[in-house]
Amino acid sequence: MLAMDYRGPYRVRPEQKPEPVIEHPNDAIVRVTRSCICGSDLHLYHGMVPDTRIGSTFGHEFTGVVEQVGPSVERLKVGDRVLVPFNIFCGSCFFCQRELYGNCHNTNPEATAVGGIYGYSHTAGGYDGGQAEYVRVPLADVGPTIIPDDIEIDDAVLLTDAFPTGYQAAEMAEIDEGDTVVIFGAGPIGIFAAKSAWLMGAGRVIVVEHIEYRLDFVRRFAQCETINFREVGDMAIHIKKMTDGLGADACIDAVGCEAAGNALQSLTGIKLKWQAGSATALHWAINSVRKGGVVSIVGVYGPTFNAVPIGNAINKGLTLRMNQASVKRHLPRLMEHIRAGRIKPSEVITHRLPLEEVSDAYHIFSGKLDNCIKTVLVPPSAMH
Amino acid sequence: MQPQKDYSHIQGWGADLDHANRPAYPKERTPPRLEGVHWDQPVPQHSSVEVFHSTERADMTPVYGTTVPPSGLSGRLRRYAFRYSENDIRHWLLLLFADRINMFEGVGADLRHGKVPNVFAEMGGRAAFKYNRKATVRKMVVLSAVAGLGVYWLMRRRRR
Repeated sequence: MLAMDYRGPYRVRPEQKPEPVIEHPNDAIVRVTRSCICGSDLHLYHGMVPDTRIGSTFGHEFTGVVEQVGPSVERLKVGDRVLVPFNIFCGSCFFCQRELYGNCHNTNPEATAVGGIYGYSHTAGGYDGGQAEYVRVPLADVGPTIIPDDIEIDDAVLLTDAFPTGYQAAEMAEIDEGDTVVIFGAGPIGIFAAKSAWLMGAGRVIVVEHIEYRLDFVRRFAQCETINFREVGDMAIHIKKMTDGLGADACIDAVGCEAAGNALQSLTGIKLKWQAGSATALHWAINSVRKGGVVSIVGVYGPTFNAVPIGNAINKGLTLRMNQASVKRHLPRLMEHIRAGRIKPSEVITHRLPLEEVSDAYHIFSGKLDNCIKTVLVPPSAMH
Repeated sequence: MQPQKDYSHIQGWGADLDHANRPAYPKERTPPRLEGVHWDQPVPQHSSVEVFHSTERADMTPVYGTTVPPSGLSGRLRRYAFRYSENDIRHWLLLLFADRINMFEGVGADLRHGKVPNVFAEMGGRAAFKYNRKATVRKMVVLSAVAGLGVYWLMRRRRR
């Protein structure tokens, strides 16, 4: 089968690989119909994630058709059209019993801090991902969700990660009516977080970014205010001036470990890797939120450590909330939002490329070329 | 009394104002609203490939990935890295170092199979030319100049 093959930092290619097989009685094999490249895939692409092995296939956002089921699978049958949450989870462990499906204890032997994730290195369990023609889907009775007939496939693939993560970012920000919410990052997660903040009753939504076409997009999509951080001096001062000197009620870090904006963070975190990436967005979030406010973190960081102003967080009495999105628990409500016409997630898709062009797709997405916001890869069998 | 702001221009404003509408409220909810679980613990997977497990857990997980088993020098480094816990930075630095070694092993594997990797294409060179031609050409000129200077310097050293 054709699959994306990682060859080293900034090097990927389409390659023929053996098709996956059933390895556990509750596995399914899914033929992929759509697969997105996520902003967090770029951390893999850039060589930032430990234990990313040559020959791995990335891709944790995909939809597909069930082609084969293991002997203990009860809820899926061959031919079912499914969207697959990026979390691989068991439904029965301590964490799944609390609906924390992104923190499952039974699907990743290599790092207790990380739940199982498709195509996200051996640090996330060593599963191949969906940037391929076929993918092994473990614990198929709990993870995959049949795509309802009234949900379009391009909206469905955004329900596997991007929209739930943006929505959960706004949830973790504990937004109340009239709150001022500042979101760092206008990638797909930040865009969905901005829209979700309005759904939760925010009074003011401000998105911070430095790429003009993304600022234009989020202004239109989420009807929010924007700041280009290249045009302001000190970010905390700027936000406090916008908020009567107090700071935002909630700040969301939707950027993660490759944040631009601070030369020292970029040098130590990205170039020299003395810390697990650049924590500029988190630094700004902590310093821009008001005392007693909430910082919500969905940006991905590495497993070692980062320099952030924790002293300020303590003195200001902040609440810091963070996690990988627990996708499955969000799906019913998010589908209601789509059906009610409140949001159309597929509007963020700017590029559709065949899987054969995966090398170019990664380069375009990584380089923010051609006004790229979200890229969908289409395997050969799904091109029609 | 504060004047109410008009949010009618924002489709769906306040649809999840009530926290009870928010799926992840409260953060931990038990029992879970999840169908399809017909096990207390998933039956253990059986595979013949080598899979490491963190020293911060006593045993293997019942379900795990089996892609790209460890091999070569990078595999030996990874095996050594897993002697350290996730809490120990040596674990992660060794794994990152193994990744870099693995990159060269990958090139070696390509050559052994008679394939010369097309690094230009793998790095999205076509897209770079199409969407960012000036910067790409500039980068190639600079890299060629640096490589040329390096070769010239080495040749001069050899002649002496």
